[in-house]
Amino acid sequence: MSEQPILEAREVTKAFGGILALNRVSFDVFPGEILGIIGPNGSGKTTLVNCITSFVKLTSGTIRFKGTDITRKPAHKIADMGITRTFQIMRPYYSLPAYKNLVIPLFSPRAKRTGGWRGGGKLGDRNTVGIDILEEIGFERDSYVPYKMASALPTGYLKRLELARCLALKPELILCDEVFSGLSMSEIASMVPLIERLQMDGITLIMIEHRLRELFRVANRVMVLNFGEKLVEGTPDEVMADKSVKEAYFGSEEVEEVMTYA
Amino acid sequence: MGNGNTEQRRRERLDRGIKVRSDGLYALMSWRELAYLIVPRLVLIVGLLVLPLVMPGAYWQRVITIVCIYALLALSFDFLAHYLGLVCLGGAFFVGVGGYIAAMFNSSLSLPPLLTVPVATILGAVICTLLLLPCLPLRGVYFAIVTLMYPLVLARIIEALDIFGGTDGIMGVDSFANQWLEQYAVISLVLLFLFGTRRLVNVDLGLVFRAVKDNDQAVRASGMNISFYKAIAVFVASAMGCLGGACLVHIYMWAGISLFALDFSILPIAATVIGGAGTLVGPVLGCIILVPISELLREFGTLRIVFYSLILVGFVVFRSEGLMVYGERKYHQFQRWVKV
Repeated sequence: MSEQPILEAREVTKAFGGILALNRVSFDVFPGEILGIIGPNGSGKTTLVNCITSFVKLTSGTIRFKGTDITRKPAHKIADMGITRTFQIMRPYYSLPAYKNLVIPLFSPRAKRTGGWRGGGKLGDRNTVGIDILEEIGFERDSYVPYKMASALPTGYLKRLELARCLALKPELILCDEVFSGLSMSEIASMVPLIERLQMDGITLIMIEHRLRELFRVANRVMVLNFGEKLVEGTPDEVMADKSVKEAYFGSEEVEEVMTYA
Repeated sequence: MGNGNTEQRRRERLDRGIKVRSDGLYALMSWRELAYLIVPRLVLIVGLLVLPLVMPGAYWQRVITIVCIYALLALSFDFLAHYLGLVCLGGAFFVGVGGYIAAMFNSSLSLPPLLTVPVATILGAVICTLLLLPCLPLRGVYFAIVTLMYPLVLARIIEALDIFGGTDGIMGVDSFANQWLEQYAVISLVLLFLFGTRRLVNVDLGLVFRAVKDNDQAVRASGMNISFYKAIAVFVASAMGCLGGACLVHIYMWAGISLFALDFSILPIAATVIGGAGTLVGPVLGCIILVPISELLREFGTLRIVFYSLILVGFVVFRSEGLMVYGERKYHQFQRWVKV
């Protein structure tokens, strides 16, 4: 991990009125790794994603992507550079069928520039490319599912649709905001290899999660946020062993008993 | 049961995908399917083209022309409101800008109507889009309030500064060569824009518009500038409005402050409610119903508004989905009827 970081965040601070949602958070993300971000509710995880993707403006601090300052760029420019995100509360286009949902990102300047899908074929019919992407992400191609209205899809498929929308842009960095939440155990079990495959394809991921067991399995490094401040950063094992993390999650007493289950 | 059935089901399963992807092409498989698609469209086209011929006298023929102009406005409202999520009360703004431009080009440069109308459409749409550009980040009711303000402001500016003929307006604008040309020009423009917008909302660009309505944050996250796409859509919509205004000026042979009258903003909305929101055909249908009714009620004087409101309330309460949505559903059901 001695190479140039793909994303550098320095002293990122975000204040909503008098409340500090993020307080001087600094971290690096290296190419090809999966960085997990955990923390109790309200610790600023989603705000951090919003800040990186410019959906909210930072109060102070800088964020650099591959050496370029992206702190003040508008959200669509950032997505255009290859930083995409999923939303914790899924945001599909409910009035369109699932495969038409992908026509929109495939219509974007970045998708036009980067060309076809996996292997650089000609970006021909966006509907077909959309269905190809959906198949990659786990929609059964010859069933009705890709043609169903997004409003009729269950949560598991919608989470996949969120990821598919990111993949349509051929991103370099994906920020996953709780892709495992709301899924059943079997759905998560099929999602984990998907995440691993994305990493093998050379995509860097930042994953915000509450499902620690699954996250610790896939993540290379984990960062813990608490009340908007960075608590610890390290490998999953180091983080799990850290006393302050346990205190943040479970309070300071009776730590040992509860932690044995995780 | 048995093997044959499985085979059949498997084929059906594979066919479904093909059917969805080939969309309309599927209809070519039988005459029945083809007629199912074409007949309603044909009824509309032929009906609109025949309408001027069956009207008794020049007065009602003129009414048909006005219907078409309102239809353009209603189309523009429906397109913006239901495919982009921008509720635009600026119909009068579009009419006014398009009308004044056409009148000025005609009276000062003495260009013929066949030139001023396209010029006013394009130039007017550019001006309207530029003026609305600062409001594009607004959504829902906020956009509605701001666009409602534009026609009022422009009318007062013209009045106060006494520009463009002031309160007298621009008089002596040329009319179209003859009444038949005027009517069929306007009718064919309505048909052109109707089928044009229907096409537009289904191509990839139109899908982006619908995505902006559904979820603009997700569109931003897909690396697209939503203001840019909103501007394109506003350009299309205001072009329709300006076209209506330009035609209106040549029909009345006069451009004045009344072009900014709120009728042009409100009646299209009523027509959209009656006709069926989001269908694009519905608003045109709504205008065909509403405008003649308002002409018929003219003899009641101010009581007109009462009857008018009653009709509107009736529609909202009993058929809030709109005629077109209701009709479409019945039509589909009719097609599924099987003799037992």
